[in-house]
Amino acid sequence: MNGLFQQDVNQETFILNLGPQHPATHGVLRVKLEMDGEYIVDAEPVLGYIHRMHEKMGENRTWAQFLPNCGRMDYLSALSYNHGYVAAVERAAGIEVPERAEYLRVITVELNRISSHLLWFGAFVLDLGGFTPLLYAFDDREQILDLLESVTGSRLTYCYFRFGGVYNDIDDSFITGTREFIKRLRKRMPMYDALVTKNIILIKRLKDIGPISKDMARRYGATGPVARGSGIDFDVRKHEPYSVYSEFDFDIPVYEEGDSMARYMVRMDEIEQSMRIIEQALDKLPEGEIQPKKAVKLVKPEKGDYYHAVEAARGSFGVRIVSDGTNSAYRLKLRSPTYSNLSLFGEASRGMLLPDALALMGSLDLVIPEIDR
Amino acid sequence: MLLAKIKEALNSLYEDIQEVPEAPAAAEAEVAAAETAPETETAPAPEAQAEEGEPAAGEGEAETEEAEEPAAPPGLKETDYKAKGYHLDVDLPPEKVVAAAEILNRENFFIEAITGVDWIDDQQLEVVYDFNHFDELCRVVIRSRLDRSNPEIPTISHIYQGANWHERETHDFFGITFTGHPNLEPLLLPEDADFHPLLKDFKA
Repeated sequence: MNGLFQQDVNQETFILNLGPQHPATHGVLRVKLEMDGEYIVDAEPVLGYIHRMHEKMGENRTWAQFLPNCGRMDYLSALSYNHGYVAAVERAAGIEVPERAEYLRVITVELNRISSHLLWFGAFVLDLGGFTPLLYAFDDREQILDLLESVTGSRLTYCYFRFGGVYNDIDDSFITGTREFIKRLRKRMPMYDALVTKNIILIKRLKDIGPISKDMARRYGATGPVARGSGIDFDVRKHEPYSVYSEFDFDIPVYEEGDSMARYMVRMDEIEQSMRIIEQALDKLPEGEIQPKKAVKLVKPEKGDYYHAVEAARGSFGVRIVSDGTNSAYRLKLRSPTYSNLSLFGEASRGMLLPDALALMGSLDLVIPEIDR
Repeated sequence: MLLAKIKEALNSLYEDIQEVPEAPAAAEAEVAAAETAPETETAPAPEAQAEEGEPAAGEGEAETEEAEEPAAPPGLKETDYKAKGYHLDVDLPPEKVVAAAEILNRENFFIEAITGVDWIDDQQLEVVYDFNHFDELCRVVIRSRLDRSNPEIPTISHIYQGANWHERETHDFFGITFTGHPNLEPLLLPEDADFHPLLKDFKA
C-alpha cells in the first residue's frame, strides 16, 4: 500500500449543522457540531436568531414602559423576570412594598416555577423519545395557567408586578383553587415517579451522561438546577434572601452526581419545594394593601448603579441598572441564567455521542428568547 | 470573612499605581458621589493621599470616604449592600483586570456577567464585571474605564471560560475589543454586523 489512502482516522471529521429549526433545540438555536463519526469533537452554539435587543429597549422607554418586556424573555417563567426587574428598580428608587404584595409575588412566582418545570419535564422526556408524559404534564400545567390567568389576566407573558406591589389582588376562588391544585399535583407526582423517573429507559439515557463538574459550573457561571445538579448548594432565594423568602421553610435540592439525571432530579424535587412555599404563603398571607398607599407614579432612581438578582426557574436572573436620574434607564443589563448555562455546552459535550449530547442539552432547560434577549 | 479577605487581596493591585488611572472625569465623579450619597457615615476626615488605595485597610469604612475626593481614584470601596446590591466596588485600570480575575478565581468566585456602559459625555466606555460566590454571599463588581475612540482591554476568558460569551456580547453591543480573545466574532448580532447598538450615538 502506498500512503495515498492512508489517513489519520482522527482527522476524518465533518461538520454537522443542528438547527436553527430543530425540535431538540426548543426554539431557534443552532449548534455547529464537528463530528468524528457518531462522536462530537467540538460543539459551538450559534446564537442570536431571536435577538430583540431588550437592553436597548430599556434605554428608550420609561421604567414602567419596560415592564411588558419582562414577560417576553423567559416566556416559561415570566413572573421571575417581572420580579427581578421590579425588585431592581425598587432598590434603586427606594420603593417600599407592602407585605401582602410580597406574599402574592412569592405565590405566583412559585406557581410559575412549577408550570415551567412541568413543561420542561414533558418536553425533556419528549426529546428522549417518550411522548405520553408531555400530555400528562400539560394537563397539570393547564391548571396553573388557569389559576394565574384569573389573577394576572394572561396565561404566558405575564406583566403582573408593578413598582411597589402587584396589579391585582387574589380572591377566595384563587386560594381554594391553588390548594386543590397542590393536592392534585401531590397525587400526580408518584405517578410521574413510577411512569418516568423509575423508567429504565430514562435512567439508561440520563445516568452518567453529560457530567458537569463543580469547577466547570463555576468557571462558566452556571446557576440554577444546572449548578445544583453538580453539587453546588446555591439558590438565590436562600443565598441572598429577597422578598419574603426568608419567612418560609423549604429545602434546596442538591445532587452531587453532575449528570443529566441529577439535573432531572433537582427539578422534580423543586416542584415539591415550591408547593411547600405556596402552602405556607397561603397560610400566612397577611391582610392589607397590594400597592403602596401613595401610588408610585413617577420613578426616578438616584444616579448610580444597582444590582438585583432573583432565582428564576433556570437560575440566577440579575438586573443591573445604571440610572442618570431620569425616568428611563441609562443602561439596563439583563443577566439571563441559561446564557451562562448553555455556554458550557461546548466543553461538556466533547467526546459524547450525538443523542447523548441532546439529552445533555435538554437537561440544561434552554429557553432561547431568554438567551438571545 | 470572605469580603475582608478578597478586599485585602484586591487592594494589593493598587500598590504600584501612582497616577490616577486616567479614569475619573466629571461625570464619573458625579456618579461616584451619588453612589456614596446614601451611606452618610460621616467621614473621619477624608485623607488626601488616597493614591495608594490604602494597603493596610482592615477596618473597611475608610475607603468609602475616598470616593468623595473627586481628584483621587475612587478605587476600591465597600458599598452598602442593601442599597446597591453588591458588596465591593473595584475600579481598576484595564491592565489590572486580568490580575483581579486571577485573585477572584483563586477564591472560587464565579462570574455572573460582563457588560459595558457608554459614558459618551466623557468619551469613555466602561466595562463592568460581576462576580459572586457560591458559598458565601459576596458580590464583587470590577469596573474599568476605556478610551472611547480605542476601547481595548485584555480578555479574562482564559481564566473564566464563561467570560468568552460575555465578552463577545460586549464586543457586539459596544465595539470593545478584548485583546487575546480566541474568537471575537458577533454572537447575538448577525455575523456581518458592523454596528454597535448600545453605543449612545448609534442610529438605526
